[in-house]
Amino acid sequence: MWAWVGRLGLRVPLSGWRGLTSKAGPQGSGQITAEVIEHLEHLALVNFGSREAVERLEKAIAFADRLRDVDTDGVEPMESVLEDRCLYLRSDDVIEGNCAEKVLQNSHRVMEEYFVAPPGNISLAKVDECEPTPCD
Amino acid sequence: MTAGDIVKITVSAGLKQGQITPTELCQKCLSLIKKTKFLNAYITVTEEVALKQAEESEKRYSKGQSLGDLDGIPFAVKDNFSTSGIETTCASNMLKGYVPPYNATVVQKLLDQGALLMGKTNLDEFAMGSGSTDGVFGPVKNPWSYSKQYREKRKQKPLRANEDSDWLITGGSSGGSAAAVSAFTCFAALGSDTGGSTRNPAALCGLVGLKPSYGLVSRHGLIPLVNSMDVPGILTRCVDDAAIILGVLAGQDPKDSTTVQDPVKPFVLPSLTDVSKLCVGIPKEYLVPELSSEVQSLWSKAADLFESQGAKVIEVSLPHTSYSIVCYHVLCTSEVASNMARFDGLEYGHRCNNDVSLEAMYAATRREGFNDVVRGRILSGNFFLLKENYENYFIKAQKVRRLIANDFMDVFNSGVDVLLTPTTLREAIPYSEFIKEDNRTRSAQDDIFTQAVNMAGLPAISVPVALSNQGLPVGLQFIGRAFCDQQLLIIAKWFEKQVQFPIIQLQELIDDYSAIIENEKFASVSLTQ
Repeated sequence: MWAWVGRLGLRVPLSGWRGLTSKAGPQGSGQITAEVIEHLEHLALVNFGSREAVERLEKAIAFADRLRDVDTDGVEPMESVLEDRCLYLRSDDVIEGNCAEKVLQNSHRVMEEYFVAPPGNISLAKVDECEPTPCD
Repeated sequence: MTAGDIVKITVSAGLKQGQITPTELCQKCLSLIKKTKFLNAYITVTEEVALKQAEESEKRYSKGQSLGDLDGIPFAVKDNFSTSGIETTCASNMLKGYVPPYNATVVQKLLDQGALLMGKTNLDEFAMGSGSTDGVFGPVKNPWSYSKQYREKRKQKPLRANEDSDWLITGGSSGGSAAAVSAFTCFAALGSDTGGSTRNPAALCGLVGLKPSYGLVSRHGLIPLVNSMDVPGILTRCVDDAAIILGVLAGQDPKDSTTVQDPVKPFVLPSLTDVSKLCVGIPKEYLVPELSSEVQSLWSKAADLFESQGAKVIEVSLPHTSYSIVCYHVLCTSEVASNMARFDGLEYGHRCNNDVSLEAMYAATRREGFNDVVRGRILSGNFFLLKENYENYFIKAQKVRRLIANDFMDVFNSGVDVLLTPTTLREAIPYSEFIKEDNRTRSAQDDIFTQAVNMAGLPAISVPVALSNQGLPVGLQFIGRAFCDQQLLIIAKWFEKQVQFPIIQLQELIDDYSAIIENEKFASVSLTQ
């Protein structure tokens, strides 16, 4: 076990920092309008599915709003921690490929060497209007 | 018996000297996997593959042509790394049945060293979570739930798994990998670390969990979550093993342009005997009210330990710490929204039966394939990326990220060599308690000490320190300078030797366990002195 005796008291002073998960901001503040919901569902191609999911998003937004308290004047956005380095470029030589079979093997629907997709240019109907058949 | 008492013979030496053959070792590990099936650590067990690899390893040993320290050593891989010919699911319906045609670079590197792949381990779906409870194959159980140390404290006899109801979580999201190593089914496992997903379960399962510097290890083949923060993580039972694995995995990969070009060589960790030139920083903002008094006490003792051995230990400040988790939340969900866009049902993965239109097919496929957690993050991310929100949320978070990275840089530039912090708020908790809060809340709580490191791209390691009053592991985290992973490991190794963390005692597995541990004394790959 410990071969020495250490003091058990607080080594560092308690910072006056508030709790982590205080849910800042109102819940269900109503900032998520029906338009926003539809817009997000269309962009993400993922549906909310329930009132709880919308509330979860509202909480996530309220949580993110805490960033407003930070002074970022004159601060550049950081995209990558490796921003000071040059991106490695390899020479433009073909060294692999010719593996169409491998690329196609995981798709559910192929025809010859094509991935088969349903018709496009049809805008997404509301998900509850469109009844998908249950899958395998 | 402690990990430090493990005698001089190690498993790789044992293999070299013929005291145990790769096939025997492989079979013992496979047998342990079967016995510990109730932990649900593995999604896929690659028994045939492993035995075949063992056979080849044996041939090499018999000719005296072993490939190195890892030849014949069983390892496991988190199921978000692509493995050629072996199903890779990310614990999601979206990828059930998906068989990649290639190996992730890190997997290939281990296989090239002759290591044996035992299987793919369980995780939170798409590595989103801090409990390894939210995957479609069910939650992972912490082996320490069944340990003598824990049971004795609760005054219970050691029980078989099907008799328990209050088992503990492993932490996450690399919980399956952690459970696999902790239960002795393999000697090392790959995890991934985006916000602490390797270090968190390492701390809760009594293991060493290493997050290398961003850019040191290739992400090619790691199904991405947050491209600017993800790294492959390493879970082992001792620091020396982690160093060996890192030495094999690190290095530039032409297939991952975010790997740095600095040359890397495998290294053996020298033993540090004198810490008097070391400066250890204790970030004061990490002392939060939610930190359990036991972890706080161990943190304090660890600081005292360094000081008593001559190191300089000072309080430092990382002023933007309290915004770190918020910043991480915005950046993570935004990058996730982008990364998950590839799952549309066309080229791979789940596809629904709806062929009305392309978009309807995409939407239904994604609704069926993703769980609530993943969908929630996609929607949040898309919200932050909306034109009207981009500047106020995404760009703002990127600016805050720079401030956080600068905080670390300022501290290291002031002469601090390493930071010492807790890894988790407390030890492992029962699943029944964990699920009382939702995934996002839990992640925000549990990632508190770990995610800032990912935002700054720094190396960090969780080292098991001691058992709590309940007989459960507690780990502490060391954070190092970027690309100073070796120095970080040297310090961690010194600390590991000082604290002498005990070995888990898994009663019902004692026969196989003792065969591996007592007789052949093979707990780790490398030499521990």
